[in-house]
Amino acid sequence: MAVCIAVIAKENYPLYIRSIPTENELKFHYMVHTSLDVVDEKISALGKALVDQRELYLGLLYPTEDHKVYGYVTNSKVKFVMVVDSSNTALRDNEIRSMFRKLHNSYTDVMCNPFYNPGDRIHSRAFDSTVTSMMTQVC
Amino acid sequence: MADEALFLLLHNEMVSGVYKSAEQGEVENGRCITKLENMGFRVGQGLIERFTKDTARFKDELDIMKFICKDFWTTVFKKQIDNLRTNHQGIYVLQDNKFRLLTQMSAGKQYLEHASKYLAFTCGLIRGGLSNLGIKSIVTAEVSSMPASKVLPSLFPSSLIPEIEATQTGLIL
Repeated sequence: MAVCIAVIAKENYPLYIRSIPTENELKFHYMVHTSLDVVDEKISALGKALVDQRELYLGLLYPTEDHKVYGYVTNSKVKFVMVVDSSNTALRDNEIRSMFRKLHNSYTDVMCNPFYNPGDRIHSRAFDSTVTSMMTQVC
Repeated sequence: MADEALFLLLHNEMVSGVYKSAEQGEVENGRCITKLENMGFRVGQGLIERFTKDTARFKDELDIMKFICKDFWTTVFKKQIDNLRTNHQGIYVLQDNKFRLLTQMSAGKQYLEHASKYLAFTCGLIRGGLSNLGIKSIVTAEVSSMPASKVLPSLFPSSLIPEIEATQTGLIL
């Protein structure tokens, strides 16, 4: 299960960020912020060396002592970042990938909502519940 | 098949709706095309998000344009673009010899002056799609004989913007 999920816009400002309620939520914001550099690095590397590896899922961005940070970038350059507890070893790469896919599907629905203004913060209840299900889901 | 007819009918209704509201003075007369284009822009943004969901990451601009010509055009207009040309400096010409939104009109010169109304939404569609993929562009369209239409997106990769801006005024619809 994820402990923090964030959606970052093309211009690198947060569209949505949510973490499990904890006293130092700021730590997660900081982790997501740091991960953006790694995401940028991965995308620009993809353009040159690894041409065939053009999947939207970027894999593990970096591990810290108690967390692992995973990334995903859509074709429209919107970034999804997920922070997972390191102790949770049951979570496989494939599961993370499918979680990101679910998140992407839900984001697409938000984008296609005519009442949503692209670039605004996401306040959708449907998106909220997708995120909630991913944060509490027992794997 | 049914959804195709629905799209055509809705589009026709949209164009006439916008122009009718201009007659009644709700919208300034010259702004109808802009309004249609802006509607297309928002729809394009949403559509491209949905269509590119399962595709691999794009390599470069040409890759994106090919996607627009093939997948995007097929989904929206049920056919591919007939001809794509480029000068490799950010200008692309997309030619459709049987443009779906114009096939209902007579093929003569009679309605040629009204054709631009029916192209504005499509121009916006492309511009919105490209902008969501991170490319700023100006899209114009021209019709020389009735069901055929040319769409000319000029893309501005960030490095090229200053050079092209000089010619920009000549390109806008």
